[in-house]
Amino acid sequence: MIVARGLRKSYGSFEAVKGIDVEVHQGEAFGFLGPNGAGKSSTMRMIAAVSPVTQGSLEILGMDPATDGSAIRARLGVCPQENTLDNELTVFDNLVVYGRYFGLSRAEASRRTEELLDFVQLTDKGKAKVDDLSGGMKRRLTIARSLVNNPDLLLLDEPTTGLDPQARHQLWDRLFRLKQQGVTLVLTTHYMDEAEQLCDRLVVMDKGLIVAAGSPLQLIREHSTREVLELRFGVGDNESMAAKVLDLADRVEVLPDRLLLYTDDGEAGLVAVHDRGLRPLSSLVRRATLEDVFLRLTGRTLVD
Amino acid sequence: MNQDAAVDGVAAPARSTDRRRLRWDEFVPRLVPRLTDYWVTVYKRTWRGSVITSFLMPFLYLTAMGVGLGSFVDKNSASNALGEVSYLAFIAPGLLATTAMQAAVGESTYPVMAGFKWQRFFYSMAATPLRVADVAAGQLAFVAFRITLTCAVFLGVLAAYGALAGVLGGLAALAVSVLLGLAYATPMMGLSARLKNDSGFSLVFRLGLMPMFLFSGAFFPISQLPEAIVWIAYLTPIWHGVELSRSLTLGTASWLPALGHLAYLLAWFLVGWYYCVTGFAKKLSS
Repeated sequence: MIVARGLRKSYGSFEAVKGIDVEVHQGEAFGFLGPNGAGKSSTMRMIAAVSPVTQGSLEILGMDPATDGSAIRARLGVCPQENTLDNELTVFDNLVVYGRYFGLSRAEASRRTEELLDFVQLTDKGKAKVDDLSGGMKRRLTIARSLVNNPDLLLLDEPTTGLDPQARHQLWDRLFRLKQQGVTLVLTTHYMDEAEQLCDRLVVMDKGLIVAAGSPLQLIREHSTREVLELRFGVGDNESMAAKVLDLADRVEVLPDRLLLYTDDGEAGLVAVHDRGLRPLSSLVRRATLEDVFLRLTGRTLVD
Repeated sequence: MNQDAAVDGVAAPARSTDRRRLRWDEFVPRLVPRLTDYWVTVYKRTWRGSVITSFLMPFLYLTAMGVGLGSFVDKNSASNALGEVSYLAFIAPGLLATTAMQAAVGESTYPVMAGFKWQRFFYSMAATPLRVADVAAGQLAFVAFRITLTCAVFLGVLAAYGALAGVLGGLAALAVSVLLGLAYATPMMGLSARLKNDSGFSLVFRLGLMPMFLFSGAFFPISQLPEAIVWIAYLTPIWHGVELSRSLTLGTASWLPALGHLAYLLAWFLVGWYYCVTGFAKKLSS
């Protein structure tokens, strides 16, 4: 569906994307994971065939965005990071009008709109102004809008940023259903739980480059231990305590508010810590996540 | 993989895309009809406000200038500079032209910035098969529609005041006014796409629109003005619009000057269209 080789994007002297290779196959859910400013959105805009490629090659649905942008966009669904819904139109009109941009007849656009409002559970809001919807509803409406042309490829830029937990789960549920229907999903996120939930395969981006690629499980296995022991010694003490537990784990990360001990057996690690007479204010044993992978690869956390 | 990319980056710094040249066919709109429903929906929402002003403005202008000032001018100039023509008949086509200019600039400033900045509807259009030229042409078509409607109402009021000599001349002047409006709309849309915020608009209105309105030749022949100002007036589209409209409503038009005025307005429109599409492209496909 997407083949990128040595893809670059510059704005003036600023290089947002510094040469990445990506391949997305039919029917999979593919993610770009990284912090703000990693180059995810710039990459998405190139894949959406709106932003010209600075250097390298990019093929979308077998076509070249530089010459076939319009034909590519006809088969894409795009859910942008910022809502671009028309606030003063009704929910229903937003979708119908958008369907018309794709050349659907008025009747066809209305029929699709009814289907999609049902799909995103907004049927009873059809006559409401977009302005009156909650953040989660607007997001769902944007997703419905991106599906109006039955896209082969759905692009979602930070689909759940700024939503409360309940709205996020509702949205994920809809995306799961789309995935089951065979729609190819490409999404960007800086939430590792979102990437783990939704993506079959993902790349971790940092400063315009891909620093790792694989399935969430693969990445965790490759770049982290199975479990993580978190210790909190109180602000200021973490640094000095790190030296005393260094040999208890494969690796120790010092964060401002806690220590992370990477080990395959967290409980055993905690017992060992206690045996040394160390008394952390609190402790936690958990499964390793993509957050740990990111920390390992870049030395930074995802959400600063 | 990443090391290779980094080495490439040192060897060949990426080119800037800021000045990507558009191909000539990217200036030609193709899918504009698909935008009809959007603009109809927008119009249904906003027409009430526009109707009142489009009736009220010509009414106020004609009463104050045509009737009030006109009776004063006509009385005090036995052998006046206007010849046999009443002042009302003299300013009627001028007012029509300046109305077109004002409507055009009004519709291609704040509404265009809204599409990029406040409502962002241009971005949602650009994500679809519509191309930059289609998005710009949709807006322009809406502007043209608004100009036509405003000027048609104005023309009706003029006719009711008996300020028009003939129907044909009036309709020809209406067509010229629409072209004049488009000649202002395209460069203004290009400017609106490029401006960062709306504070630049007040400059446009005060230093651009106001002087052009006053020295357009709508209210008095510009030959009354110092020569330097006359030459500046010649450069403005509005003067050409006023002259051409007036020659059409008074029935004094001759081919060569008429074609000259038309060509000049067309040139503004076309150069403006280039400026407009490149401005839209800067925002929508950067």
